[in-house]
Amino acid sequence: MEMTIKTNRRDFLKIASAAGGGLLLGFYWNEAGASVIESVTEGALAEGEVTFNSYLTISPDNIVTIFSPNPELGQNIKTTFPMIVADELDADWSKVKVVQAALDTEKYDRQVTGGSGAIPHSWDRLRQAGATARHMLVEAAAKRLGVPASELSTDNGFVIHKKSGKKLSYGELAADASKITPPQDVKLKERSEFKLIGKCVRNVDNFEMITGKPLYGLDVYRDGMLVGMIQRPPSFGTKIKSVDVAAAKVMPGIVDVVTFKNNVAVVGKSTWQVMKARKALRIEYEPDGNIESSTDHDRLLKELLDSKEAEVKRKDGDVDAAFASAATKIVREYQCPFLAHAPMEPMNFFAHVREDGVELIGPTQTPNSARTQVAEMLGIPPEKVTLQLTRLGGGFGRRLKTDFALEAAELSSIVKAPIKLIWTREDDMQGGSYRPAVRYRFEAALDARGNLIGYKLRGVGINSGNTTREHNFPSGAVDNVLIETIEHQSPITTGAWRAPITNFLAFAEQSFLDEVALAAKKDPVQFRLELLERAKQRPVGQLGYDADRMIGVIKLVAEKSGWGKKRDVAQGFSVYFSHRSYVAQVAEVAMKNNQPTLQKIYAAADCGIVVNESGARQQVVGGIVDGLGHALYGNLTFKNGEAEQKNFDTYRLIRMKEVPEVEVHFVDNGISPTGLGEPALPPTGGAVANAFFKATGKRLYRQPFMQQPEMEGVRLDQRM
Amino acid sequence: MALYKLQINGKTYEADVDADTPLLWVLRDNLGLVGTKYGCGIAQCGACTVHLNGRAVRSCVLPVSAVGSAKVTTIEGLSENGDHPVQLAWDEVDVPQCGYCQAGQIMTAAALLAENPNPTPAQIDNAMQGNICRCGTYHRIREAVQLASSKLK
Repeated sequence: MEMTIKTNRRDFLKIASAAGGGLLLGFYWNEAGASVIESVTEGALAEGEVTFNSYLTISPDNIVTIFSPNPELGQNIKTTFPMIVADELDADWSKVKVVQAALDTEKYDRQVTGGSGAIPHSWDRLRQAGATARHMLVEAAAKRLGVPASELSTDNGFVIHKKSGKKLSYGELAADASKITPPQDVKLKERSEFKLIGKCVRNVDNFEMITGKPLYGLDVYRDGMLVGMIQRPPSFGTKIKSVDVAAAKVMPGIVDVVTFKNNVAVVGKSTWQVMKARKALRIEYEPDGNIESSTDHDRLLKELLDSKEAEVKRKDGDVDAAFASAATKIVREYQCPFLAHAPMEPMNFFAHVREDGVELIGPTQTPNSARTQVAEMLGIPPEKVTLQLTRLGGGFGRRLKTDFALEAAELSSIVKAPIKLIWTREDDMQGGSYRPAVRYRFEAALDARGNLIGYKLRGVGINSGNTTREHNFPSGAVDNVLIETIEHQSPITTGAWRAPITNFLAFAEQSFLDEVALAAKKDPVQFRLELLERAKQRPVGQLGYDADRMIGVIKLVAEKSGWGKKRDVAQGFSVYFSHRSYVAQVAEVAMKNNQPTLQKIYAAADCGIVVNESGARQQVVGGIVDGLGHALYGNLTFKNGEAEQKNFDTYRLIRMKEVPEVEVHFVDNGISPTGLGEPALPPTGGAVANAFFKATGKRLYRQPFMQQPEMEGVRLDQRM
Repeated sequence: MALYKLQINGKTYEADVDADTPLLWVLRDNLGLVGTKYGCGIAQCGACTVHLNGRAVRSCVLPVSAVGSAKVTTIEGLSENGDHPVQLAWDEVDVPQCGYCQAGQIMTAAALLAENPNPTPAQIDNAMQGNICRCGTYHRIREAVQLASSKLK
């Protein structure tokens, strides 16, 4: 029954002290298909034989400790995961202690934050973990009280025998329970029995965050630690020609200045001294590849849209024939700029490369990749590298990459000292890994009765990968479809940015469908519902979405927003499926003092069962604010390979005054959770642009909106 | 390098640093008060907000030599037990997501309420306009400031 896996001494000590001699249950949070629970005696652990990805422990003083493995960057996973375990356990939430788990040294593949996937991935096994422990506690109580287990119930950390009025706390049962063989098949709660799931539960780290406790990577300080900063090439497509470090090297507090790859690193005793010395570096750069400007990209993206060659992602029916026979044809193009992720905590990592191993500490969305890549770079086995996660001051995809952890480790290995590597805000904005710039061309063919008979989408992106989501709506609802993508390779680096590709594709598609509905003389909501009915009744090819769930959010947002019934505001509609969830939005623009003003956004989301209502609501609101802010202002441009915006004075993020009222509703359909970290973002730009059109008659085809000619003299973002 | 005596959170601290070192880095690197955050270094995001004689200032652009005998309050010193009305409201409304900007938000809000215990929504927005929250918790921040205001009554 017991699995024999290696553990290291440190993990064991942590576990043992947490358990305090009580019940210790380890379970695999993440490994798909793994048997979920193994009961472990301390003896087995003490022999150094068993290790787990994460642990649930119950101590004799009734404290339930839940180790949460996933990186926490504001998606609230550190609160939500334990809620699921605690609900099935019938634990007393006030006695649950949540601890960030260390990176597991085995091969588990989803100690990751990304893709809105944490809860969908772990929902069942978290529930089983809690339910199995509960079952064992009940068995232990049955033995002790000499009554059948069927006469026992659990509530709030106690096993209760109603007949005799006796009750035993989980803490006093823990030691006995740990000796019971875990059941292989345990009954999970009915939804109506949930006590925590679906409730508003406050963030478990609130106190630490509002009192300024050290939680983040930048807050790591160690004895003997030095601060490192790297001067990277300021322009993409250049490399170092010559370096003069003489002036920097003799500045106060500077310990070393070293050059590796295309980096010049300054290492010193304090952040400010290192910042100052870095400015004293004299470095010349020379071309090393294409040096591109945004004006080049504007031209390139248009040219590439007309190329003869494109990668075909989907082809249904005969689009040429459909367009030849069309009564009405509509062609529109949409373009977005690069964006920086700009999490509030700039990139950083602590690394201490020693003879006997490497210690890494810091904020990463992918701790296991960071560890294995550092091991590979240094040519040592991964077991020699430990990684401790800190809280992440935002990520938005930027911390899926491991460059900063690798830099920290390389620098530490060169200067042979513990290093905290820090990126400044300017480094972050100039450092790449951007949301790719993309341009789309949409084409629609309507027959004489306004039916959509042909649909074409071609996307061109800069280091974008596939610019389309070819099996997403309206694919499946149209007989003749052609979807193509083209990629331009550039030295400007890109990466996953919250809701990759769909963060802009959704705006373009939903703006386009608004125009198509108008041309078809149909209400935009009704138009989509008709297409979805078609996709349900007679689907064409592969459907990457669930038409019923999309219909569900459309109807809910239409009802809640009073769609089509308001005279004093212009409403704009948008709906999008991304990752595994569905969100529909209605934006309202009112004319105030002759100015169109964005007043309110309604959202209806279907993410399955809502685990933590407080966290879920804020994910939707935050996603909308994020989508709105970047649609209105987000713009990163290049001149001769160099980012022209380097900090928040020129790279505009949305601020408090500019956020409209947001009203959030959830579809209550009882299906297992499908994730919510990203899906609320994509629909926002389209809803706002469509409402703006309704109010002013002007269409928006490019982001950021506030820099378009259509916005001349318009302050859509002013509420007061 | 020079020795600076600083009055922070009711205590006297000494730091031997360059005159142009921003207070932010003295707090973090020299004094171990890491609740005050680095976000931009150019007074644009508000993550580094502290109180100087009760007024909200950006510590990332305030040279330590300019602090003098002014009383500095950081998030660590806003209350002894994390129970300042603004902190309590922040918990009650469940404001933080990633949480990184929230110390600065709280310090800005606390300074506003000290000066104006009953701000209108527009006054709240104006006061908080200099603090960026990349997660988008603005609605809850506004709600929490209003709640804290009601707690002060």
